[in-house]
Amino acid sequence: MFSLIRDTLLSQAVTLWRVFRKLFVKADTVQYPDEQPYMFPRWRGRIILSRDPDGEERCVACNLCAVACPVDCIALQKAETEDGRWYPEFFRINFSRCIMCGFCEEACPTNAIQLTPDFEMAEYVRQDMVWEKEDLLIDGTGKYHDYNFYRVAGKRVAGKDKGEALNEAEPVDVRSLLP
Amino acid sequence: MSSFAVGSGLSIASILLAVIVLAAMLIWVERRLLGFWQERLGPNRVGWFGILQVVADMIKIFTKEDWVPPFADRLSFVLAPAIIMVVVLMSFAVIPFTPEIGVIDSNIGVLFVLAMASLGAYSVMLGGLSSNNKYALLGSLRAAAQMVSYEVFMGISLLGVVVLAGSFNLRGIVESQADGWYIIPQCIGFLIFLIAGVAESHRLPFDIPEAEQEICAGYHTEYSGMKFGMFFVGEYLGLVLISSLITVLFFGGWLGPSFLPPIVWFALKAGFFIAFFILMRAALPRPRYDQLMSYGWLFLLPLSLLNLLLTGVVVLSTL
Repeated sequence: MFSLIRDTLLSQAVTLWRVFRKLFVKADTVQYPDEQPYMFPRWRGRIILSRDPDGEERCVACNLCAVACPVDCIALQKAETEDGRWYPEFFRINFSRCIMCGFCEEACPTNAIQLTPDFEMAEYVRQDMVWEKEDLLIDGTGKYHDYNFYRVAGKRVAGKDKGEALNEAEPVDVRSLLP
Repeated sequence: MSSFAVGSGLSIASILLAVIVLAAMLIWVERRLLGFWQERLGPNRVGWFGILQVVADMIKIFTKEDWVPPFADRLSFVLAPAIIMVVVLMSFAVIPFTPEIGVIDSNIGVLFVLAMASLGAYSVMLGGLSSNNKYALLGSLRAAAQMVSYEVFMGISLLGVVVLAGSFNLRGIVESQADGWYIIPQCIGFLIFLIAGVAESHRLPFDIPEAEQEICAGYHTEYSGMKFGMFFVGEYLGLVLISSLITVLFFGGWLGPSFLPPIVWFALKAGFFIAFFILMRAALPRPRYDQLMSYGWLFLLPLSLLNLLLTGVVVLSTL
């Protein structure tokens, strides 16, 4: 009997009081179009393709993002420059399919593809939701300012041979028996 | 004030107008208060602090297609929303707002209100049944189950007040509270009536017949346009009615220190309970309907009978 009263009346009264106190608490929401809400830097919004500090495209067209994408909204085609660098011939994201999960960013080995705090991507025409490489590419480095894939990777390109990358050991002659 | 008298045309017209306008305004008041209690802002764009939101809602609801589903039973489908409006507005006839304002001075005011409240249940049941829709049917089933469980102790909880006042006349009940409100001797009766009133007006802890999260909109799933609007406004009218009844029965109606006119005292007290009902909606979760039934029959009904018995003993021993 006592526990019934405690569970039915007292706990309800406590709940009522705690909710009533919210009357004097500042609202958690903002009036959005007039006032921009604070967006966290790691917010998963509009996808961009970044450039390395030298201003070259970071994307090496490895296709890992397209593989990781659970809704298959990324399409790209690999091409190669004369000095041996890989780059995407086209890079297309269908934002009407994209679910902003960020798997592509996690999969990217060169920090090329990144998600940004921008979310205002509404369009009147569905076809406008498909973004090409020139729409996606930005001029900056995004979240990672110093990273340059070709400077640290062992891949040979024009002007940088094996063993010349940052922190890279000299190539080992596997046929030699000397220590 | 001489033109205001109980039963005069001016009195009736102003009660009707005030009550309906107030019920419509409550749509905005409730949304705004719910917003504050949920740490948001609520509708504040249309007009001064969003006060014209009601007008916008009305324009929307009047211009919607007034649709009757082809599979519905047309007569009772159209009748159901009208019943709830008429029944609740009829109940306001016996509410004494001030010594001058009121529609009739009935000797059976309490019984009249209870009878009208029982009729209101027909609106919900007919609306659900005639919709020919499974969610609506579930809603009206629940409404029927809820009605048989709360109306019994709702009536009995009022009898304590009637015994103390020695009258079924609501005006007489208010006048007999001049030397002390009935909330003090009848606090158990007040709590029981409060719970029953929430169930009566289908407000949130006991909005089991509509239960949006479980059965769409319950009995008014198939309703749209102005017919839905009448259910909606009828619900708010019921809220105003229950708050007025609590004020009249337990909190001395228009009585209060004379620096404010009686109507202001009445409005303040009723407004407090309206806000309290909205707070209950913001805070409390909904029980299952079998929980409400067992709570009503096994706990509140014996408690209200006990309250009535004790009140009777006290009144008889002090005679």
